[in-house]
Amino acid sequence: MNEILDKTYLEQNDLECVWEKPDTLTDTRMHYCPGCGHGVVHKVLMEVVQELNIQSEIIGVAPVGCSVFAYNYLNIDMQEAAHGRAAAVATGIKRVLPNNYVFSYQGDGDLAAIGTAETIHAANRGENILVIFINNAIYGMTGGQMAPTTILGMKTSTTPFGREGETQGFPFRITELIAQLPGVYYVTRQAVHTPNAVRQLKKSFLKAFQIQKEKKGYCLIEVVSNCPSGWKMTPVVSNQWMEENMFPVYPLGDKKIDGKLVND
Amino acid sequence: MSNVRLMKGNEAIAEAAIRAGCNAYFGYPITPQSEIIEYLAEVGRERGMIVMQVESEVAAINMVYGASGAGARAMTSSSSPGISLMQEGISYMASAELPALVVNINRGGPGLGTIQPAQGDYFQATKGGGHGDYHLIVLAPASCQEMADFVFDAFDLADTYRNPVMILADGALGQMMEKVVFKEHTKTNHSFDKSWATTGKPTTRERNIITSLFIQPEKMEAVNLHLQKKYQTICNNEIRYQLVDTDDAEIVLVAYGLSARICHRAAELARENGLNVGLLRPITLYPFPYPILHELRRKVKGIMVVELNAGQMLEDVQLGVEGMIPVEFYGRMGGIIPSPDEIYEKIMEFKKMKLNKKSPAAFQPMQQSN
Ligand SMILES: Cc1ncc(C[n+]2csc(CCOP(=O)(O)OP(=O)(O)O)c2C)c(N)n1
Ligand code: SF4
Repeated sequence: MNEILDKTYLEQNDLECVWEKPDTLTDTRMHYCPGCGHGVVHKVLMEVVQELNIQSEIIGVAPVGCSVFAYNYLNIDMQEAAHGRAAAVATGIKRVLPNNYVFSYQGDGDLAAIGTAETIHAANRGENILVIFINNAIYGMTGGQMAPTTILGMKTSTTPFGREGETQGFPFRITELIAQLPGVYYVTRQAVHTPNAVRQLKKSFLKAFQIQKEKKGYCLIEVVSNCPSGWKMTPVVSNQWMEENMFPVYPLGDKKIDGKLVND
Repeated sequence: MSNVRLMKGNEAIAEAAIRAGCNAYFGYPITPQSEIIEYLAEVGRERGMIVMQVESEVAAINMVYGASGAGARAMTSSSSPGISLMQEGISYMASAELPALVVNINRGGPGLGTIQPAQGDYFQATKGGGHGDYHLIVLAPASCQEMADFVFDAFDLADTYRNPVMILADGALGQMMEKVVFKEHTKTNHSFDKSWATTGKPTTRERNIITSLFIQPEKMEAVNLHLQKKYQTICNNEIRYQLVDTDDAEIVLVAYGLSARICHRAAELARENGLNVGLLRPITLYPFPYPILHELRRKVKGIMVVELNAGQMLEDVQLGVEGMIPVEFYGRMGGIIPSPDEIYEKIMEFKKMKLNKKSPAAFQPMQQSN
């Protein structure tokens, strides 16, 4: 444990503790690249689990992608799913343990490419789960290839001249698509690039778990995030780039609340 | 609930699953096994089972993964093309050591093939099927009674070894009707330790993780070695087979499932005509009964393998006899089921042509006769 975070050190030096790592996060050092959004989302999620005191009731499903090792950091019971199948695995868990909280944590390649069918059908069944969808517009883990969410003109290792819609398809706004489905209760798009955005995300998590507790239906929280490594940018520049280029395609905000589409 | 019933093989599987305390079924319709999901959707649900028709076989097997990982007795069923789609999930389950029952009511292939009975999925079932070094325990019933009985065994084996178990039967066994007597089962899901399951982490234990990802080579090798050790234990303890009239047999037929039933009659025909023929019916296709073939090869003059495929179990039989006696093969494909007479004639040809010459085992399947 870092000396700075040690309680007695704080007390002895008459310092106020403003943030403590929740017990729901393990002490394992994360493998994510510096500035990557994955780590921040993990922290916010586990703060919420701690605050709601649901560590003993929650089961998470980790994806294939950069966050494949999520279970090393989240101090809760977890299952690792095959690429794209997290929503099906979560369905299996939730159906046999209907009183537990179940969430999946998936990247855009996982959720919107190989796992499109599982994603859409779990939503359409109105599974009482929370799907956390990290949209960084790229396949991070495999070295920065095009994802269904890659925006037009964006260069990736498989779109070296920039994605062109006519031949490579158009950015897939899966969140808007899913919001249309009747069994879906709450859909929102958030980000973690500023402290304020992080606070907003935290509120969405709290809301989604409340909905799950009341068995009201399916929740999807998309987090527009960065991939400094895949985008070949510094963390700061990647966040600026995200605001300028991704937010226009993936506007932040609620898409569906209490089972009703939000008119924008 | 009556213990004696007249029912289809598929229905027998479904009824047995309910009685074996299966908590959850996830599946997708495909002929010739849809009666399993249909029966469960009606009767299973009424009796408290979670029964879901889902979007694909890919989703179904991954729901089985999730449910099993959460501590439930879970199952799915399908037929050949659907089982191919499940292979990714089955490989993950074998690696994550998750128990489950997978039923394959085998139809004719490859490809979309035919909905008629066949045994062309033997290699896929017994040699892995998905990626990586793993095995399922594979049970091959030959009657509606066994379709029911093996479900109880399959769940118990799956839970004992934390390994997926497959019941492999062909379409005819799924579709035919016979008397089935349901036995009292003693073991349920609660008879097994499931402290490894993900049910929510209490403060009293470390978190439980279900995974098949072992990125460091040393760890991955250790996992593989552990699995191989488990398969060895299974081979030592779980081989099941049936022998019919092999004590005085000159020729032994080797067949499983439906073809074993036909071979049984063909062997009787041979005996009526003065040739002593016996039958070895492997019940576990994995672990394969190699030890009994080791014994038989000393006692008999020749072996004839009969399958509804181009010669798949044939390879295991050849391994078992190690070239010491001739091995002949007779197979039909495409959903054609040979008659006992047809097999009897092949036995007589085999005796005439091969048995008296000291020829090595035949590795080429015999030409099909039309
Ligand atoms: C069946 C299968 N196909 C392909 C892969 C290789 N693969 C691993 S991660 C990945 C992409 C993940 O991208 P994303 O879901 O966007 O997550 P990120 O890494 O960006 O966080 C791919 C294609 C795999 N593991 N399994
Ligand atoms: S490759 Fe991208 S998504 Fe993956 S950890 Fe690095 S920055 Fe994050």
